[in-house]
Amino acid sequence: MFRKLHDPRGEALTVTIDGVPVAAEANESVAAVLLRQTPVWLRTTPVSDALRGPYCMMGVCFDCLATVDGVASVQTCLTQVRDGMRIDRQRGRPSVAS
Amino acid sequence: MDVLVVDEQPTPGGQIWRNVEAVAGTPRAAILGKAYGEGLAVVGRFRASGAGYEPGTQVWQVETGPRAFMTRNGAASSIEPGCLLLATGAQERPAPFPGWTLPGVMTVGAAQIVLKTSGQIPSDPVWIAGNGPLSLLYAAQLLQAGGQIAGFLDTTPPGRTAAAIPKLAAALFSAPGDLMKGLGWVSALRRRVPYVQHVTKIEAIGGDTIERLRYVTASGKTATVEARLLLVHEGIVPTIHPTLALGCRHGWNTNQDSFAPQLDIWGETSEPGVFVAGDGAGIGGATTACLRGEIAALRIAARLGRLPEAQAAAAAQPIRSRLTRALAARPFLDTLYRPRSAVFVPPDETVACRCEEVTVASIREQAAAGRPGPNQVKAFTRAGMGPCQGRQCGYTIAHVLADAEGREVPDVGLYRVRPPLKPLTLGELAALDSADVTS
Repeated sequence: MFRKLHDPRGEALTVTIDGVPVAAEANESVAAVLLRQTPVWLRTTPVSDALRGPYCMMGVCFDCLATVDGVASVQTCLTQVRDGMRIDRQRGRPSVAS
Repeated sequence: MDVLVVDEQPTPGGQIWRNVEAVAGTPRAAILGKAYGEGLAVVGRFRASGAGYEPGTQVWQVETGPRAFMTRNGAASSIEPGCLLLATGAQERPAPFPGWTLPGVMTVGAAQIVLKTSGQIPSDPVWIAGNGPLSLLYAAQLLQAGGQIAGFLDTTPPGRTAAAIPKLAAALFSAPGDLMKGLGWVSALRRRVPYVQHVTKIEAIGGDTIERLRYVTASGKTATVEARLLLVHEGIVPTIHPTLALGCRHGWNTNQDSFAPQLDIWGETSEPGVFVAGDGAGIGGATTACLRGEIAALRIAARLGRLPEAQAAAAAQPIRSRLTRALAARPFLDTLYRPRSAVFVPPDETVACRCEEVTVASIREQAAAGRPGPNQVKAFTRAGMGPCQGRQCGYTIAHVLADAEGREVPDVGLYRVRPPLKPLTLGELAALDSADVTS
């Protein structure tokens, strides 16, 4: 849905989204990386299983929630990528036990 | 003075000058423009000031005292400063319409943040539907960056220009350069992209993501077009969750259709020792935000005994003159870009609360059953009970109730704000030092 204006040089990191390795740049947010992927959704809602993706990108709307390194419902627009980070799309209501 | 700045973002600059240190000197700086680049000097002065800085930190509770609780890197702590200055800025005005929850519908501000922080633009021709300076600025930046705009749907209602003209002289006195810049954006847009005026209704249609966009104009023209990405914007409103949580007195700003904390001439709230500067005090823009910060800082220095009161008063005078001049453009902008009524009271099928998926129709049903306020509606429907805590639906609920019950929005009010202001894990809470909990 989005593309980089520049060629990421040097500082390339690798994260995984649902187990698939994806290139990222240092200091960008998880949500920004996700906007370059297909499909662009990050979670399904607990109420109706509707798909949601990033909306406000500044921590207000809480629609870009995903599971990051095993922690559920992380605001991905406020979370910067780290090399080796594990990002998983989140389905429905997260379990307290997971 | 001993100053600690706690910032939710990873680097200084707020949203206007976001990521300016990294972007300065790159081709992206030319795309984002001169006003953005001016932030580098401000951030530089801040870095050199000696103030403590904790980036990537979320404040999740503020109390009288004042006292603030925050989380950084998974560790929670609290602080009891002599004075607390809240510079929480603004958020984009919630602008619900049918289909606004579909992936591929985002705000214009969101797209601009992605340009500033990640250097990325929409990969396909994008539809922009909006009203206000930010939608025009971003459209200009996107074209400058080589992006493509499928069409610009101007949602400014008919008659706004005529209403704003009497306020133009004051605006020209205040910020002639900015107004000329704005006119330039509009004329460039009209020349280069399909531009539709007076759009009254929009609807996003799709399955897993937006596929089509339907719009209606004031003259009755209807069109349905293919859309992969739709960016929307209907102005900005002050971020007031922290001041609401503190119980500070707020007032209704009719010109800006929003609540703002009531402040004295120094920016102090009704809560002793708690100040507000920036757009959180009422929408004024970057220049205004800096001036309000300087005025509040003088008062805080005097309050803490670091500056004689007379000296603070004298130093504040010229800053207040500049503030008055900087704010003189607001009546013109607020009138010109006052949103259409459907932004406040959307069609019945619209999802009002994104988190709990409560429709406008359900809110109306509640209103028909009695004369509930926002807190009763929250209890009955769960609207406002999700993770965003009413940041996206508070104004919609207030407007729909006011509309259905024949009341005024300031009379209806917003939800009561409950702690924590931002979600935190039980682990973070448990890691609070016992001294933080009991002191």
